Amino acid sequence: MNRKRQIEIWVGVFMAIGFAALFLLAMKISNLGTAYSGELFHVTARFDNIGGLKTKAPVTIAGVEVGRVQEIRYDPDDFRAVVVLGIQGQYLGKIPDDSFANILTAGLLGEQYIGIDPGGSEDMLGEGSEISMTQSALVLEKIIGQFIFGKKKGSGTE
Amino acid sequence: MLNLLGGWGLQALTRLGRAHLLLLPLFRGLTEILRRPSLLVDQLYSVGVLTLLIIGVAGLFVGMVLALQGYNVLSRFGGDTALGFMVAASLVRELGPVLTALLFAGRAGSALTAEIGLMKATEQLSGLEMMAVNPECRVLAPRFFAGLLAVPLLAALFSCLGVLGGWMVGGGLLGVDQAAFWNGMQDGIDFNDDIINGVIKSLVFGFVCTWIAIFQGYDCVPTSEGVSRATTRTVVHSSLAVLGLDFVLTALMFG
Repeated sequence: MNRKRQIEIWVGVFMAIGFAALFLLAMKISNLGTAYSGELFHVTARFDNIGGLKTKAPVTIAGVEVGRVQEIRYDPDDFRAVVVLGIQGQYLGKIPDDSFANILTAGLLGEQYIGIDPGGSEDMLGEGSEISMTQSALVLEKIIGQFIFGKKKGSGTE
Repeated sequence: MLNLLGGWGLQALTRLGRAHLLLLPLFRGLTEILRRPSLLVDQLYSVGVLTLLIIGVAGLFVGMVLALQGYNVLSRFGGDTALGFMVAASLVRELGPVLTALLFAGRAGSALTAEIGLMKATEQLSGLEMMAVNPECRVLAPRFFAGLLAVPLLAALFSCLGVLGGWMVGGGLLGVDQAAFWNGMQDGIDFNDDIINGVIKSLVFGFVCTWIAIFQGYDCVPTSEGVSRATTRTVVHSSLAVLGLDFVLTALMFG
């Protein structure tokens, strides 16, 4: 085997290793391999306060991820936050339209996500429909405020 | 004194101008490479294949050290499940591109400068010109594009092996939960935001490092002292450029 051929083989090996590494980075280390790439349908929900919810936060039913938050915007007409949820197409027509959307927190300091509690209606959510029953994020300062306020009132009546 | 300062400034500006003028024939040399791909293959061997070993070893050890240090801090807050994300994020976003570029400047950039400088000193470049062969297209352009192509691939390899090293130490030595390590990593690292930006970074670093190396070699004083000075300048300028550009790129990409 002459020298020229050897160099060509080594360069081929180098390129193969390099692109394999790029492929591994994309599929194994980033979210590309786990991301759901199929059809999505969109559902909106209005919240009084979304707390620290961010786009791409998971949407779960019974703890199983069924979609992601796609867009968050503020509606100045009714002073509420509009959250657009992208839910996997396989659940189209399988979530009752009186379901309840909560903003929950994973663990004490974890990220916030949306949990959907299915309702009992016969009608199902479709593309573009809206979840009317929502519960805002729990804001720690408000809870502490209520707690202190409640304590004071309690001690006053005694 | 003022005279000296002005002369120095003018000289620096002339060098900067010459460096940018050199880019034009480098890109014009692309046609020459397309006609004769073997020129590029030879350079990819000396720039890429020979750098493979040091990049691989460095990546593996950087990942292992990151896992060790990260574990010490994270376990204090009970957050050792975030170890995978921490190792992967710091490698893909910063350490992979930057350390690869620094190692590349030391390993391949200095060699490029010395080779081209010596070609100039022994008048091989003028010889080529005498034979009506454009040395910028024939000698410099293949080296330039080989560097441009090699650095992103080397950086990807660095990051990959770094994660592997972090996983070996984290999962094997420290006993971090394997599923949490990989899931945390895949949840936290976004393909568009992190991987693509890392590749763009290393592409920019590859461009700058190879460009500086080639210019310093081509522009050196054709004596043995001049070549040695040019080699030193290559490493110093490349390192400074990479570190400075990294800050700018990070500020632009990750806000």
